[in-house]
Amino acid sequence: MLNKSMTKNIMPLQDPQVRILNFDEVSLGYTLEQAIDEARRCLDCKHKPCVKGCPVEIDIPRFIEKIIESDIEGAYQVILESSSLPSVCGRVCPQETQCEQICVRGIKGEAVAIGRLERFVADYHHAQKQKNSVKPQSNHHKIAVVGSGPSGISCAYDLALLGYDITMFEALHIPGGVLVYGIPEFRLPKEIVRKEIQVLRDLGVDIKTNIIIGKTLTVEDLFSDGYEAIYLGTGAGLPKFMNIPGEMLNGVYSANEFLTRVNLMHAYHQSSSTPIQIAQKVAVVGGGNVAVDAARAAKRLGAKEVSIVYRRSMIELPARQEEIEHAEEEGIIFRLLTNPIEVLGNDKGFVNGIKCVEMELGEPDESGRRRPIVKKGSEFELEVDSVIMAIGTTPNPLITSTTKGIETNKWGCIVTQDESGLTSKDMVFAGGDVVTGAATVILAMGAGRNSAKAIHQKIKTKN
Amino acid sequence: MFEIIEKKILKPSVTLIKIKAPFIVKHAKPGQFVILRVEEEGERIPMTITEANHDDETITIIFQVVGATTTKLNQLEVGDSLHDFVGPLGKATHIEGLKKVAVVGGGVGCAIAYPVAKALYDQKTIVHSIIGFRSTDLIFLEDEFKACSDKTIVMTDDGSNGNKGFVTDALKKLLESGETYDEVIAIGPLPMMKFVSLTTKPYGIKTIVSMNPVMIDGTGMCGGCRITVGGQMKFACVDGPEFDGHLVDFDEAIRRNSMYKDFEIKQYEHACNLLKEQDDAK
Repeated sequence: MLNKSMTKNIMPLQDPQVRILNFDEVSLGYTLEQAIDEARRCLDCKHKPCVKGCPVEIDIPRFIEKIIESDIEGAYQVILESSSLPSVCGRVCPQETQCEQICVRGIKGEAVAIGRLERFVADYHHAQKQKNSVKPQSNHHKIAVVGSGPSGISCAYDLALLGYDITMFEALHIPGGVLVYGIPEFRLPKEIVRKEIQVLRDLGVDIKTNIIIGKTLTVEDLFSDGYEAIYLGTGAGLPKFMNIPGEMLNGVYSANEFLTRVNLMHAYHQSSSTPIQIAQKVAVVGGGNVAVDAARAAKRLGAKEVSIVYRRSMIELPARQEEIEHAEEEGIIFRLLTNPIEVLGNDKGFVNGIKCVEMELGEPDESGRRRPIVKKGSEFELEVDSVIMAIGTTPNPLITSTTKGIETNKWGCIVTQDESGLTSKDMVFAGGDVVTGAATVILAMGAGRNSAKAIHQKIKTKN
Repeated sequence: MFEIIEKKILKPSVTLIKIKAPFIVKHAKPGQFVILRVEEEGERIPMTITEANHDDETITIIFQVVGATTTKLNQLEVGDSLHDFVGPLGKATHIEGLKKVAVVGGGVGCAIAYPVAKALYDQKTIVHSIIGFRSTDLIFLEDEFKACSDKTIVMTDDGSNGNKGFVTDALKKLLESGETYDEVIAIGPLPMMKFVSLTTKPYGIKTIVSMNPVMIDGTGMCGGCRITVGGQMKFACVDGPEFDGHLVDFDEAIRRNSMYKDFEIKQYEHACNLLKEQDDAK
């Protein structure tokens, strides 16, 4: 029977006053009853707009129907047909601008909580006693997947299912890419990433950490070692700075450095030997999910006052609505229409403030968003002892600079011929942030899938 | 796992270890570095490669015990393994075409200066090596330097080897006596590299220094290792580690390296206390 409630079933959350003192996950997830009740809000409409809103076209109404039937494992299998990372995407996908944005229930009232249901299904699956997955029979074709983030994971997963011998190379000491070093524990527990990586290992994927393709081994080395195709899912890892005075002061971090210290190196933990500055007042510059993650992590490290400094207004702020709400509940201050022009320091070279100007919005720029313009004479200083720059990242040139024949554009992104992800170099494919510039987990995953299909096609026709 | 197959205590606080690392050896060149972790939850620390041996597929590093992580590293014995070991990172030293070079090493920096001197000597470059230590009992690699240098000068801060002064004093004397070089390559503590660069500047001799700032990943991802060179921000891990010493902002680099001093002192004391407890228990 249809659940006619105009609103989603509320996601149980850790209390804000409690969660700012820990790094545990904020959202606690639906119970089986809550999930079935929410699933009953789905109209099961014939034209299924939600499916088109999903970059990997998960058959959403079908998995929701399985939930209503209490066949949660069945629902999981439906999602798995299109997505190899449901427990991750259920947590970090911007559903409000994808599947849920065009859900018919959203016309009057709130959309069906598709993301929360996806997460429920995946968590339910992982909580069951796992059956030993059957390793597919090898077809003896070797493929190298470079980078173990979302796009590499999805490419490796699809190819492993087809019987390819996959070796995945990771530069850091733990696989997972941005899921491990970038997204904090309180939003995406690392245990979940570990389980997803284990799924790959069970399928026979050989994951080699501590190997930097472009340095330890080159693309040419991989071809001479017998790999027939190479997928580059190396992400957009280089941090941008603002090029304003004071960025070299002690206490100025890139969001990458700050989050890597916290997430990958566990600097918040007593047992970790990796240091991190425990600041009292922190300014995070930028307005994306990374900025919000950094701000909330700084709060949990013990900062008394954390501000997000963003040059446009709340409407343009690119972070997910849910994350903004969670941040506000946690006392993060949003200083909007504000732009830093200088980081200030004391005589020992440590940050003691940030000089900003107020902005107003003018005509739309090439991105379609209204261009921020400096308000004359609006300079002011904020007292802070740490500044985190979260203004974006660009692809790492380590591979493209050591490999002949891989074309890049003026932003350093790898140029691909079409959806297949084929680069200008034969049998080298690329996808995810290294092609698009910093984007979402689900888009990177979709690209990995497309390349997996294309690689399979190429190798099949060659043999 | 990365097994230690040889360990030599060169001096009470300077240790050489040889690590089995077939992958890293393949492309390793003088001037490049590795990043290692001693244990789970350990920090990632960069170490410049002293030697990459293709025959036994090993990487040799020489390190000084200065903090918690190097104390733990020094506890490992032959047969033990490093938890993580990744590289080679950074750009290799440019040595092609150099006819005459002064190689200046300070303290444990000599471990990094030595392979550069050797590579130069092997390609028939005239090499003058100036190496400096606090006192005689800390001198190491002296014979190795002598074997690959046309001239070797060993200085001690306290004069205990009969040659009192800093490396800059010796370098200055050579320059004043009319010696000229295509390049001076200086590797050692930041203040030493700063003063070597100041010494060569009036003579207009290109001076290369090897920077070793705080870093995490070593691939350009964190930006923690950023330094200012010629007014521009550079990442030591990918743009370096070697830079034109006349363009490096050393004072800023020295300041940035002190970022975690308090934390490091605490960690070091903690590591020392643990060691003491272990010894007491024996």
